[in-house]
Amino acid sequence: MAYDYEKSIRPGKLPHIWCPGCGHGIVMKGLIRAMDTCGLDKNNTAIVSGIGCASRLPGYMDCCTLHTAHGRAAAFAAGVKMAKPEMNVLIVGGDGDGVAIGGNHFIHACRRNMDMTYVVLNNNIYGMTGGQFSPTTPTGANASTTPYGNPDPTFDISKLAIGAGATFVARTTAFHATQIDKLIAEGIKHKGMSVIEVLDDCPTCFGRRNKFRSVVDMMKRLKEVAVPVQAAAKMPAEKLEGKILTGVLFKEERPEYCAEYAKIIEKAKGANA
Amino acid sequence: MSSPRVEVIDRLCKGCSICVEFCPTRVFEMDGFIAKVVKEDACIKCMQCELRCPDFAVKVHTE
Ligand SMILES: Cc1ncc(C[n+]2csc(CCOP(=O)(O)OP(=O)(O)O)c2C)c(N)n1
Ligand code: SF4
Ligand code: SF4
Ligand code: SF4
Repeated sequence: MAYDYEKSIRPGKLPHIWCPGCGHGIVMKGLIRAMDTCGLDKNNTAIVSGIGCASRLPGYMDCCTLHTAHGRAAAFAAGVKMAKPEMNVLIVGGDGDGVAIGGNHFIHACRRNMDMTYVVLNNNIYGMTGGQFSPTTPTGANASTTPYGNPDPTFDISKLAIGAGATFVARTTAFHATQIDKLIAEGIKHKGMSVIEVLDDCPTCFGRRNKFRSVVDMMKRLKEVAVPVQAAAKMPAEKLEGKILTGVLFKEERPEYCAEYAKIIEKAKGANA
Repeated sequence: MSSPRVEVIDRLCKGCSICVEFCPTRVFEMDGFIAKVVKEDACIKCMQCELRCPDFAVKVHTE
């Protein structure tokens, strides 16, 4: 059977606005499959985003959605989760939205370990506004704001999430379609803050400035650059040069924020009784 | 076992050629700006095209 994505999409919303070959659509399909795997009830599931091409994703989804201010998705999502802890809260957005303007909210969401799942669509660029460099634009790469090559070192979003305290961190790419839903589903099931970084392509603003002749070239790069963590453990350092580790990178159990907060409420009630 | 029916929804296809390039048995070809099914019999139901089409434009009907 062909997969029924349409049941999860608001009627009449396709075609979406993303450019030909933009990986955001591939990630959206993975998200839908992951939500199905986990049996999420659309009336009890909120998808929250900020601003950017990636952040348009919730607008297509037939569930509770919240399209907020640039970089503020994690903060709004935390508000939803605190008000309705029983709700499944998912966050989606780009590298610019998540770790440039939203970097502060991102790290503190990780630190608190609220039970939310953040899917970062990392295409190494600000797509929506015409290709300005982001904190994940590779050093040396061209962006509209770095026409002579980007001098900045980059963020590794997964490492940033681990360092900030997220308790489930995984990475894959838009090419590795079946891994997208597996990892997002694992993240949803994990009790605590989950970050799934999906390396993505922006042919329009990154590809054409950086010598990718086609969408297919960009997909091939994603295929070649990814090395599963288990395989990497057995590989010599020189073979891992320029590669990006994929799979579950980190997982630990730590008290979840809303559960801890509920205890404080009980304690306060006791004190005032 | 019935053979799959591979469908490209013309209205949704944006012609990125991901399906054309990554189908292991070359079921698709570009036809101007959109993809077209040209060798349906060769399909091995791997579902790679349906999984990777960013535009929800490919359907592989296996039953
Ligand atoms: C406060 C504010 N500053 C700047 C902008 C302009 N802006 C809109 S989207 C965007 C970047 C989006 O990039 P990213 O999150 O990587 O998503 P992509 O478009 O690449 O999917 C910027 C800077 C804005 N909308 N609001
Ligand atoms: S500009 Fe880039 S990120 Fe935005 S829709 Fe086009 S390809 Fe995707
Ligand atoms: S299911 Fe596999 S073999 Fe069949 S058309 Fe799609 S990619 Fe080709
Ligand atoms: S992958 Fe989808 S959008 Fe791209 S050419 Fe094939 S059918 Fe068209």
